[in-house]
Amino acid sequence: MTTKTAARAAKPATMAQALQRAMRDAMAEDPTVHIMGEDVGTLGGVFRVTDGLAKEFGEDRCTDTPLAEAGILGTAVGMAMYGLRPVVEMQFDAFAYPAFEQLISHVSRMRNRTRGALPMPLVVRVPYGGGIGGVEHHSDSSEAYYMATPGLHVVTPATVEDAYGLLRAAIASDDPVVFLEPKRLYWSKADWSPEAPTAVEPIGKAVVRRRGRSATLITYGPSLPVCLEAAEAARAEGWDLEVVDLRSLVPFDDETVCASVRRTGRAVVVHESTGFGGPGGEIAARVTERCFHHLEAPVLRVAGFDIPYPPPMLERHHLPGVDRVLDAVARLQWEAQS
Amino acid sequence: MEEVDSLQQRSSTVQEPPATVAYRPIPPPAWKPRTDPGPLLPDAEPFRVLGTDAVASADPELLRRLYAELVRGRRYNAQATALTKQGRLAVYPSTTGQEACEVAAALALEERDWLFPSYRDTLAAVARGLDPVQALTLLRGDWHTGYDPREYRIAPLSTPLATQLPHAVGLAHAARLKGDDVVALAMVGDGGTSEGDFHEALNFAAVWQAPVVFLVQNNGFAISVPLAKQTAAPSLAHKAVGYGMPGRLVDGNDAAAVHQVLAEAVARARRGGGPTLVEAVTYRIDAHTNADDATRYRGDGEVETWRAHDPILILERELTERGLLDDEGKREAAEAAETMAAALRERMNADPVLDPMDLFAHVYAEQTAQLREQAAQLRAELDAESEA
Repeated sequence: MTTKTAARAAKPATMAQALQRAMRDAMAEDPTVHIMGEDVGTLGGVFRVTDGLAKEFGEDRCTDTPLAEAGILGTAVGMAMYGLRPVVEMQFDAFAYPAFEQLISHVSRMRNRTRGALPMPLVVRVPYGGGIGGVEHHSDSSEAYYMATPGLHVVTPATVEDAYGLLRAAIASDDPVVFLEPKRLYWSKADWSPEAPTAVEPIGKAVVRRRGRSATLITYGPSLPVCLEAAEAARAEGWDLEVVDLRSLVPFDDETVCASVRRTGRAVVVHESTGFGGPGGEIAARVTERCFHHLEAPVLRVAGFDIPYPPPMLERHHLPGVDRVLDAVARLQWEAQS
Repeated sequence: MEEVDSLQQRSSTVQEPPATVAYRPIPPPAWKPRTDPGPLLPDAEPFRVLGTDAVASADPELLRRLYAELVRGRRYNAQATALTKQGRLAVYPSTTGQEACEVAAALALEERDWLFPSYRDTLAAVARGLDPVQALTLLRGDWHTGYDPREYRIAPLSTPLATQLPHAVGLAHAARLKGDDVVALAMVGDGGTSEGDFHEALNFAAVWQAPVVFLVQNNGFAISVPLAKQTAAPSLAHKAVGYGMPGRLVDGNDAAAVHQVLAEAVARARRGGGPTLVEAVTYRIDAHTNADDATRYRGDGEVETWRAHDPILILERELTERGLLDDEGKREAAEAAETMAAALRERMNADPVLDPMDLFAHVYAEQTAQLREQAAQLRAELDAESEA
């Protein structure tokens, strides 16, 4: 930190504020950055993430669109073709499904289809995941669908600092980025100075959030706080857990993840998304392929159940919590070592 | 018993309204139509120029140019279809019979405008000036798009139906935001009008008053499904009214009429008048593609009636009657078309040179570590292949 930065006292800021600041700074620096979506203008978004942007930059730069996700993303494609950098909001995870055809048939492959002549520098912001008591279609974790589509970057911040830094990086990227915002962390706070925001590493770098020697918890987005809490609780059991925050699912940081697993010899992947066909299967396979001879136990997964996202009064049974993570850690064949 | 009692009790508490006060439903506050639908409605009959009084005011030079382009276009369709039989093209969706729409679409645009073609609109792209071989890259199968869309201002040929329409809206909207007087012309077939993206594109365009023209080529069939099973609308042009934009109905085989309607719509969009939906009524003389058997879903008689309304035939008659085209002119047009076809044939007979490493070159601006690994794997496989 420079002295200039230190002079500006950090104060509690929420992830939603950091995301808003990221868009504001990007819009101020680059006149081609446009925000668009349902309710992003006058209302400032249902989560207030785009609050004030329409007032500050005008409705042409922060546009309330008709309620039509395929149309929002489809018109954003055309805008990107003409040199703009659209940042599209999908409001809720499951609301993005009508836009899948545009995302998969056009956004993800326009660069490839045109041999690099037509890049798609756009960001699709998707508030995702559960834990906020949302009714049906408001809590899906749809990252596996995006991960399965070549041409997309899939990014998900878990901290206030990362929310700012990764969104800035996503907007600056010349490729399309699906930016998954863990909506139950929107109001999580950190001491963070919006006047001197921290830069992050480029998209595609995981980070070790907690050092440990016994086992690695591999996680991202809404499950990071769960894993950090589990790691604290695990100390009482004599386990010293390392926690890796992926930050980016595509591209995947094999290096950071595998370096950690080789150090600890054990790994658990933790996410809210369903286990079957979910991101954890891919991650476990990658880790096994690269770290087999360092592993003391199979790579385990703690995921949401393989069910449609449950109603709010039952969601606590579905979401992987601290106890379920600790149970998995307990199953990591510790006996064989002792 | 309890139930009956409670019912009786309830009915006895209902107050009879006083006979002097009549119930009046409250009207919704301040409702009024957003726009007068009258001017938006299409004409009852498709607009025509050829064979009508309107032809007197048509520019003879334009008519001659349209004729030459139609003849060239017909030859292009025939040549491309022949190339499928020789195995040079994987597939070709012909626009034989629809050349007037394709050619007029290209000629209605200025250089700075953008064309958003569907997979069937190769000819429109060629008539706009795209290299015929580059236009066929997708259909030959050596890559998905053979040209830089920005260079020609032609979006990639879109295989998914109607999904390119919102792109046209977004591009036109962006151009207007930047202060450029660029118009986007988006092409779709009758089947494509049933897709959700068609609806969303038209709605966005009208709400944003984007400088876009939508051209529906109603050629009668979505592969095998006839229009009657596609829509219950009076015409596809009528759909415009619901979005708040004008709908125009035009004879799609009358090149002069299609050009005039499109040119007017483009001019209107350029001066800030907003989008237009144009339905061109035409007919697909060939099958859906070379892989389709059209005899399974339509009779020869129907095709023959449309052959009598062939776009080249009716324009040629008009030009001949008006003394704008003689045998010499016809021969010139035919020779020019033949020259184009011979050149296309020759160039398409050369095997394209492919670099398999291109598979990884343009997935991302910067290759991911995962793709670098896979590219190395393919490189090794190729090296082993060449050594063997």
